[in-house]
Amino acid sequence: MERVPILEIGGVLLVSIQIDLQDQTVLALQEDLAQRISDTGAHGVVIDISGVEIVDSFIGRMFATIASLSRLFDATTVVVGMRPAVAITLVELGLTLGDVRTALNLERGLKILGEQRRGRR
Amino acid sequence: MVGVGERRLVVVLRERRDEVLEQWVRAAAATLRGRVTAAELERESRELYTALLPVVGDNGRDVSGERYAEIRSLLAELSRTRARAGYTPSETASSVFALKRVVFELTEHDADPDLFRELMDFSSLLDALGLFTFETFARAREEIIAEQSEQLLELTTPVVKLWEGVLAVPLVGTLDSARTQVVMEKLLESLVETGAEHAIIDITGVLAVDTQVAQHLLKTAFAARLMGAECTISGIRPQIAQTIVALGIEFGDITTKASLADALRHALRSEGVEVVAADRVR
Amino acid sequence: MTAAGGEPEELPIAGDDDVVRVRQLVRTYAQRVKLSLVNQTKLVTAASELARNTLVYGGGGVARIEVVTDGVRQGVRAVFHDDGPGIPDVTLALADGWSSGSGLGLGLSGSRRLVDEFDLDTEVGRGTTVTVVKWRG
Repeated sequence: MERVPILEIGGVLLVSIQIDLQDQTVLALQEDLAQRISDTGAHGVVIDISGVEIVDSFIGRMFATIASLSRLFDATTVVVGMRPAVAITLVELGLTLGDVRTALNLERGLKILGEQRRGRR
Repeated sequence: MVGVGERRLVVVLRERRDEVLEQWVRAAAATLRGRVTAAELERESRELYTALLPVVGDNGRDVSGERYAEIRSLLAELSRTRARAGYTPSETASSVFALKRVVFELTEHDADPDLFRELMDFSSLLDALGLFTFETFARAREEIIAEQSEQLLELTTPVVKLWEGVLAVPLVGTLDSARTQVVMEKLLESLVETGAEHAIIDITGVLAVDTQVAQHLLKTAFAARLMGAECTISGIRPQIAQTIVALGIEFGDITTKASLADALRHALRSEGVEVVAADRVR
Repeated sequence: MTAAGGEPEELPIAGDDDVVRVRQLVRTYAQRVKLSLVNQTKLVTAASELARNTLVYGGGGVARIEVVTDGVRQGVRAVFHDDGPGIPDVTLALADGWSSGSGLGLGLSGSRRLVDEFDLDTEVGRGTTVTVVKWRG
């Protein structure tokens, strides 16, 4: 099973998903992220899915879970780069991502996290 | 040379091949009235003729079978080319039927009863093949119509940039489910390409919406939100508003505005831009 | 509707990685019949849900994928079969939000919305077969 790498840049954990996710990988990523947020005290998590061709209910639920997890550590999760076809399919599937923040691309995602951080101080 | 048990017609068609071909091309050219070049027609006819020889002797009852694969693909290609070039289905099938007359004339002085029976079968065979061209012709026309309506959809749904970061699709006319879906995809693609975070779907020029169309508009707005953008629907006319309420469609927390101007103002405000008359700035 | 292009391609669904393989095979077929990108995505997503159902609730099974034609239309048919416990209440299983396992309860009802044809054949103690078709155009 492949593991998705997690990068840390300036208090933000960056996850870029480039593989076809299997369920075990999804669960492992959730665990790894929880651990890393707790270890690093990161204030934000960005999940880049611009390379992801499909998001089914299992993967969609991962976003919601990661968002809830990160909130427990006072961190915000932003999912960026969702492709139009994926978004349309998720709406049809009837899946809501809970209160996961989303942004068009990585840059916007980091901007959201930056603004939020300034707002808190 | 006549092989043992070989059919007479096959022998005739093979030995007098050039003669038959020449007359067939001439007959076909007459129906097509010079809109296909002689060389092209000759090439097509020769290919068809070669593919036809192995099935001569059949009565054409199983044209969908494996043995007919080659001639079917040639005929399909022919029908498609003719359909695109604007020929009628009769003109297309006539090219095939023309061969019948040529062969009949060639053998009319022959009184062999076996040959006569073979000719009957040959006639049925060409009928079946002619009908096949009719079918593929109709199918090709349907494909062309589908392509054209797709192109038309593309033309009638422009995505325009109203401001830095604000895109809009002004919809005019009758919205059907297919067109709304095209709009939806095109708008979302444009958000990714331009990085614009606001989209406005303006339906001022739309005469009526049904449940499906209203659902599609809503789904577009939800999809845009999933992607990290905001989508406003503007220009809902009173009748359409009534329809939407009557259908019980919930717009939820999707922003709707009375006019495109209102929607633009709303988008600009959330981008942090305020539009103020010049004399008030001073 | 008739099958086109011979025997359906069969894949076992026995583990997590098989779900990924089913997605990839369905994608190949969807591209072969030139489904639009959105329709490819819908079909692959539905297949992913159904393959996971086969694995999680059916205890594993097989997926069969093939190209089908209906007059001028072409499409992809995907069949998911298991010999598992079956579904006792089909109406309930197709309702949004229902789930007997760890999913969000969108597996069946959600994937039904993503395809053009959906058929559920199940018998308690005998197993479940779900057949879906997505047409081009």
